[in-house]
Amino acid sequence: MEKRTDKNSYTIIFAIGMVLVVGSLLAFASASLKDRITTNRELERQQNILYAMGINENDESNAVFVSTEEAPKLFSEYIKKQLVIQGDKTTEDNEAYLIDVKKEQTNAKDGKERRLPLFIGEREGVTYYIAPIRGKGLWDAIWAYVAMDDNMVIQGAFFDHKGETAGLGANINKRFFMDDFIGEDLMNNGKFVGVNVAKGNADPLNIDKTDNEVDAIAGATITGDGVSAMLRSELKLYVPYFENLKNK
Amino acid sequence: MGLLSKKDAKLILDPLADDNPITIQVLGICSALAITAELKASLVMAISVIFVLGIGNVVISLIRNIIPSKIRIIVQLIVVAALVIIVDLVLKAFAYELSKTLSVFVGLIITNCIIMGRFEAFALGNGPWRAFLDGIGNALGYGVILIIVGFFRELLGSGTLFGIPVLGDPIAKTGLYSIGYENNGFMIMPPMALIVVGIIIWVQRSRNKALIED
Repeated sequence: MEKRTDKNSYTIIFAIGMVLVVGSLLAFASASLKDRITTNRELERQQNILYAMGINENDESNAVFVSTEEAPKLFSEYIKKQLVIQGDKTTEDNEAYLIDVKKEQTNAKDGKERRLPLFIGEREGVTYYIAPIRGKGLWDAIWAYVAMDDNMVIQGAFFDHKGETAGLGANINKRFFMDDFIGEDLMNNGKFVGVNVAKGNADPLNIDKTDNEVDAIAGATITGDGVSAMLRSELKLYVPYFENLKNK
Repeated sequence: MGLLSKKDAKLILDPLADDNPITIQVLGICSALAITAELKASLVMAISVIFVLGIGNVVISLIRNIIPSKIRIIVQLIVVAALVIIVDLVLKAFAYELSKTLSVFVGLIITNCIIMGRFEAFALGNGPWRAFLDGIGNALGYGVILIIVGFFRELLGSGTLFGIPVLGDPIAKTGLYSIGYENNGFMIMPPMALIVVGIIIWVQRSRNKALIED
């Protein structure tokens, strides 16, 4: 005799029931936790931006953010201006840090004008220009906050990723990689070239800061190439702003 | 053991050695290769799988009599996916830092064949308590191998353990490096994980001849 659970009608009803139960469970979890998750993400952005301009609690070898409790206070204290660059226009917007770079990239692809956020921070009399950028790694998205001076020399950088290989590409958010960028010049003889994550680099200790190269991570070639490409194509968009800055 | 009967204890202990999911059943190899370049990642993955497999096995076991056999694999997949996503959401809301470390593994956990294998082979035919023990046992067996592989790969590949240098500084040439030792860059590549797993299998089978198949 056929078992009750082998019937087609039972199978279909079970499938529908299961989808409804699991679907509503997930929807409920997602909806009820959404606010907290959004707040966490916003705080993380503030922490990342502050990290790039050197406001962090780094110990000897690890990257440590300022605490989430302190982040909003420090953010309003150190970040003097939040700008949105759109073509030739530059406007101030105190919520520029909430601009979704991924959405702006999609907009640009659709032919709309892209809004470029730029944060101007000041610490101990030094001005930092911090740009949020986004690109592709091996498996998924990678992004960064790059702090520059007015000559486009990198003063600090924070990299992160969504799903790079643990122990290899995932190491782009480790200090031994990120700290290499400090002092690297994005320009070469007055032209923007970016900074290349180079294999076979003749300068693994990274003493030469004008070679537009940092040492790659072994085993993370594609993630490294993604970082190079991201720096090149995204920071290039900010070049007109920095040129204007000089002509003023 | 007072707490567990002999039969129940076997469920936990067997997968640790003589019925290990990686070295004997050869399941879950993919994630064992992908994330064992570092000890910390191995440990995080091991804990996540213990959690997911323990609870997943119980859930499947509870609904084992009402699952239509024609779509049981899909049902199992949905259970594990939903479980992992809910855990990920809760972590994102309450332990954001931790969730950033873990989110890399979410996809790997859902597709881990050990989980589907235990659902199919054990949870569908046994009660919740035994299924729970079986899940914990197999996940522990998986975790042990992950940690052994992670230990050797991180030590020989990067000269560190949990990110802490233990052999000296390779650039400043201190410690072992001062007498000419070099990190083996091959160790951090996935193929070397396969070789390390192979060596474990070899050692295990040469110690216990009963494990050798014809």
